[in-house]
Amino acid sequence: MTDALSNMLATRDWILADGATGTILFNMGLTSGDAPELWNVTEPDKIRALYRGSVDAGSDLFLTNSFGGNASRLKLHGAEKRARELSRISAELGREIADAAGRPVVVAGSVGPTGEIMAPLGELTHELTVEIFHEQAEGLKEGGADVLWCETISAPEEYAAAAEAFALADMPWCGTMSFDTAGRTMMGVTSAAMVSMVEKLKNPPLAYGANCGVGASDLLRTILGFAAQGSEIPIIAKGNAGIPKFHDGHIHYDGTPELMGQYAVLARDCGAKIIGGCCGTTPEHLVAMRAALEGHAQGPRPSLEVITAALGGFSSASDGTDDATPAPRKNRRRNRG
Amino acid sequence: MSQPANTDLRQKVNVIERNAAYLRQSGNKTMAEEEDIILSELPDDELVLQMHDDLYDGMKEEIAEGVNILLGRKWEPYRVLTEALVAGMTIVGHDFRDGILFVPEVLLAANAMKGGMFILKPLLAESGAPRMGKMVIGTVKGDIHDIGKNLVSMMMEGAGFEVHDLGINNPVEDYLEALISEDADILGMSALLTTTMPYMKVVIDTMIEKGMRDDYIVLVGGAPLNEEFGKAIGADAYCRDAAVAVETAKEYMARKHNQMAG
Repeated sequence: MTDALSNMLATRDWILADGATGTILFNMGLTSGDAPELWNVTEPDKIRALYRGSVDAGSDLFLTNSFGGNASRLKLHGAEKRARELSRISAELGREIADAAGRPVVVAGSVGPTGEIMAPLGELTHELTVEIFHEQAEGLKEGGADVLWCETISAPEEYAAAAEAFALADMPWCGTMSFDTAGRTMMGVTSAAMVSMVEKLKNPPLAYGANCGVGASDLLRTILGFAAQGSEIPIIAKGNAGIPKFHDGHIHYDGTPELMGQYAVLARDCGAKIIGGCCGTTPEHLVAMRAALEGHAQGPRPSLEVITAALGGFSSASDGTDDATPAPRKNRRRNRG
Repeated sequence: MSQPANTDLRQKVNVIERNAAYLRQSGNKTMAEEEDIILSELPDDELVLQMHDDLYDGMKEEIAEGVNILLGRKWEPYRVLTEALVAGMTIVGHDFRDGILFVPEVLLAANAMKGGMFILKPLLAESGAPRMGKMVIGTVKGDIHDIGKNLVSMMMEGAGFEVHDLGINNPVEDYLEALISEDADILGMSALLTTTMPYMKVVIDTMIEKGMRDDYIVLVGGAPLNEEFGKAIGADAYCRDAAVAVETAKEYMARKHNQMAG
């Protein structure tokens, strides 16, 4: 019996994922300092509304309210023992909304980073990371998630640990990394390097890609980088709705629905199959994205110039996969091998 | 609040030290075949350049060795700090800013720097060396992200500043108390969530209320921030990464000294 996402990937040319979670919850009154995951228990109707917002706007897939639901992140709120429970409930609420949609909608169990640096540079061992992710995975599975979805990962070791954990839970999965530093992840991973890593995994994902990062144009450069590697595995693009700006004491993302509609079409042309938004992307944006995807035929792969003309400039000149990459210092007498 | 955070960071550095040694051991298999560089045989200027390379490569033991050699040659501790270590970390900082080095390399370099600082710190205090400045840094209330903040702390120490790291989730009282008790020059605030960013304005407004805003340099940073936001909330500067934070801190400290002198 195949999972809902595999079925969708087999029968659809493109899949509209959801938008932001945090952005919307904060608009609903979540105060900074509170764990969004606790709202699964204390404000379930708001979480239902979050999910319903995406589904009604046209999403074929949405992420559960469990991004920070791992033991490492819940520790700040004294809730580290509740990782499995909160993840399970986030998926149960998701299942409820998806099953009432009247069309196939995939419930993807969100798994965010641990927030710690992994060994050898940090304290978090591989084994402990696998355990942390595995705990969430079991909770999301129990709650009825169709697939697991790790996102906003920076370190390849963490991505690999998630892959191992999800295998332990015997669940299909997807995983995206955040390319926010000179076109790479904070840990220096390029788009090309991510593809190599994904292809070598013993438990490869159903789809891989990029989310968050800097702006929408940067994300599409990353997608082009993925596509250039020629992997068979479908690509995910979940870019931010512009850059956050501070007006009158509030944060607004400057990406308009129209911009996100253009981004969605370009994402598909770049080679992405699962397309959504991240920070700042509201149901209003998703409506525009769906309309744009339905209203335009697939086009040719865009050049970098086309992307910047439509969505704005890149945050760095190079993303590490072109000739413009600045080289490390030469002239170092000790060879590091 | 202050003590546990510093201990926490020290514990983390201890782990980095163990692990960096492990990494070097695996690298040493190829290095054993290479011509070994004997630091004590190098003249001063070549030794300093080699130390820059060794910092860049995160080689902690070699940095400690180099520091001891220079001290043995009667170099002033402050000169060792600035010419061998700070100058080396500045190169690391530039390459980090320019997207050549990333977090893992910077962590290793900062760790190597710590090896040198361990020897120099007591000597600097003794020799009455000029004070670069002191910073109190922390992630704001409601925010638990600390990787960027830790990098800033390490790079600031690498540049010769004293850093008092408050850790994560800091309410305004903790910041202000530390600024006063530590006799700091600089307040550094970090946030990674758009929802916690506005709290920085709360801290700055409280400083203004208490008439203490002008006594400190306020630097802010974090992925969702930008220059516009920094200005809007009344910070002195927004710093987009740890390397820029160091350059900005030095610039503002120089201004402060000029104002006090003039």
